[in-house]
Amino acid sequence: MFGYTFQWNQALARLPKMLDGALVTMEVAMLSMLIGIALAILLTLLRLSGARPLRAIATGWVEIARNTPALFQIYMAHFGVASFGIHFSPFVSLLIGITFNNAGYLAENFRGALKAIPETQTRAGRSLGMSQLQAFRYIILPQMLRISFLPMTNQMVWAVLMTSLGVTVGMNADLYGVTQDLNALTFRTFELFAIAGVLFYAITKIITLGARVIAARLFRY
Amino acid sequence: MFDTALSAADLVFLAKGAGMTILVTAISVAIGTLLGILFGVIRVQLGATLSLPLTFFLDIFRSVPLLIQLVLANAFMGMVLRLQISGFTVACGVLSLYTAAYCAEIVRGGIDAVPATTRRAARSLGMSWMQDMRYIVAPLATRIALPSWIGLALGVMKDSALVYVVQVTELLKSTQILITRLQEPLFLLLICGAFYFLISFPLARFGGYLEKRWSHD
Repeated sequence: MFGYTFQWNQALARLPKMLDGALVTMEVAMLSMLIGIALAILLTLLRLSGARPLRAIATGWVEIARNTPALFQIYMAHFGVASFGIHFSPFVSLLIGITFNNAGYLAENFRGALKAIPETQTRAGRSLGMSQLQAFRYIILPQMLRISFLPMTNQMVWAVLMTSLGVTVGMNADLYGVTQDLNALTFRTFELFAIAGVLFYAITKIITLGARVIAARLFRY
Repeated sequence: MFDTALSAADLVFLAKGAGMTILVTAISVAIGTLLGILFGVIRVQLGATLSLPLTFFLDIFRSVPLLIQLVLANAFMGMVLRLQISGFTVACGVLSLYTAAYCAEIVRGGIDAVPATTRRAARSLGMSWMQDMRYIVAPLATRIALPSWIGLALGVMKDSALVYVVQVTELLKSTQILITRLQEPLFLLLICGAFYFLISFPLARFGGYLEKRWSHD
């Protein structure tokens, strides 16, 4: 049917290596998400704070993260900072790039979530003798994370997809990097990348389904 | 104070890259939106069960990295089908479907947001399905969908940075070529980032403004 002989066996023989790569991909995505959420909470606090310079820093971060390509951000973390004599390994550059992106998008999600929480709740907390930070920590934060759970899941999927960009800064341990190296060895481009695509699809489905299970357990009422 | 080897010719080279970014984005968003509207309407009309194959097909474009989609499409066209198709065509084709996949979701959300009673009222007044879609659903759904659509179009512009993988020299790739030659990564990357930011930021703000204005009435 095609003037091309598919050699799936050759590609499938490399599956163990690709699965190792998939683990690295998950690891990068997971780490970037955890740090990203922490940073996004910090950015949200900065944006809520009264101090103008702090607000400007947070807003600048969010707008740059949301208005430039993720690939550009990874380049910046690798080639950009190299101008200052700082040289990160591809893994670290990729992690920084994705984390920067995640934090920006998540901070925006958190801001949207905050709008859904009545301000009177903070005041009620303050009346009960909580400090401003306590009110945020015990009353606002849990609700904020709950409301933005779905966007966070989406962002996690994005983080997984973004790991494929690491190859541009020389990352070769993640799923895409491994596939690219194998392709250089075997020239089975279509087969290898098709398998990589299926693996990526499986990972994103695991994440969405996993998130649904977690959500069902966490938010039962 | 600030010395750079960047020449006028290099700036023209960058501008060409920027032009390519805009061209690929414009074509993909245009085709992708039309397809997205089509797919979205089909999904709403067929219901969740019947449109399952379509949903699955579109979901692939949202669950597999764009880089892999591009490499796969390129390999399929070139190696498997042995067609002489330019990277530009492959890039536009993949990005169009990628746009369509997201756009279909937005369109579906917009149509679903039009109250069923409103549509029934239209039909009771003797409007045909087409008239209902044209005069009732389209204007109401557009109001709901437009802010997300602007976000999508900007997202496609940013994601178009990945088409370098099928040998299309867009802005980020041209920047990288210049970096290799001039060895001034920070300066060049800042120019490149500024370009994306200057296009994306105002439009994103405009989308946010529309969302705000249209949700309080």
